[in-house]
Amino acid sequence: MDVLYVEEYQAIQNVVERLYRDSNSMAVLLIDKNGQEIASAGQIEELDTTSLSSLTAGNVAATGGIAKLLAEKEFTGQTHEGEHTNIHITIVAQRIILVVLFDQHTSLGLVRLRVKKASKELEGILDSINSKTQQPSQPSIFEEITDDDIDNLFNDD
Amino acid sequence: MSFINYSSREINCKIVYYGPGLCGKTTNLQYIYNKTSSEAKGKMISLATETERTLFFDFLPLSMGDIHGFKTRFHLYTVPGQVFYDASRKLILKGVDGVVFVADSQIERMEANLESLDNLRENLEEHGFDLDKLPYVVQYNKQDLPNAAPIEELKNLLNPTNVPDYPAIATTGEGVFQTLKAVAKLVLLELKKKR
Repeated sequence: MDVLYVEEYQAIQNVVERLYRDSNSMAVLLIDKNGQEIASAGQIEELDTTSLSSLTAGNVAATGGIAKLLAEKEFTGQTHEGEHTNIHITIVAQRIILVVLFDQHTSLGLVRLRVKKASKELEGILDSINSKTQQPSQPSIFEEITDDDIDNLFNDD
Repeated sequence: MSFINYSSREINCKIVYYGPGLCGKTTNLQYIYNKTSSEAKGKMISLATETERTLFFDFLPLSMGDIHGFKTRFHLYTVPGQVFYDASRKLILKGVDGVVFVADSQIERMEANLESLDNLRENLEEHGFDLDKLPYVVQYNKQDLPNAAPIEELKNLLNPTNVPDYPAIATTGEGVFQTLKAVAKLVLLELKKKR
């Protein structure tokens, strides 16, 4: 994904928040495969979501590399169990990564079930983003930005 | 790949520091991290071996100011330089918006520089990128060492396409921010061109 408009962001945010509630998890994070955070819900105040996004994307990339070596298309899901916190990672539509952090207040089974439903909904939203970004009429922030604006950003010293 | 979020009003870009083992990629990021105010940076992550050689990548998220109400955020990554970590290097180049090639100016590292540069080109091609079309700058690091090759020679060998290049001493910070600003600017100009 390279552009996210307000409307689709809201739709994605709704799915992520619902998943957080329905799975009874601690937090839900949606990131792109390059490690950029797209949306999040739950107890994220104490969480360094930027680092978590980058490391998860690195982890998924490495796991994908292993899959390739084993002639697998990809490992779509992985779970790591900790003493207090567990993490469930799934790839949605081969493009984005859905991360659920959970503890003993829920179960891996419930998390998986809810993730499946959320993945389907996210796939639909991603499709609509895709068709939207292909329309040339979409406004772009870069129409307003001049080369001078970019120059000025770096002229502070 | 750059990611423009109209909801949070952010432009996110990915810059990768590439180069042979021990050329100073991590040192570049460490200097940037140390000299940036805490509100402009996130945590720096280094996935390194016990002997502090980069194992997978270093990561540093950085804000570089606003344009028209949009925050510009750059994610800086380094690759592991050692030859046998090629599979990891390939993964990190995925979705890259701009590349810094950090060359080791020492004469005896010239072969390693050239090998790494070839490797960069090949690995980019596997992701469908062409180094000649990508925002790209070169840094000649370790200029303070007595066995550093003359700049002209470095230019001829390592920068045949004449992209912006900077002599540097990453340990003291000389040239580090010039390099970063140059590539960040090229990335934004390229984004503007593409829209």
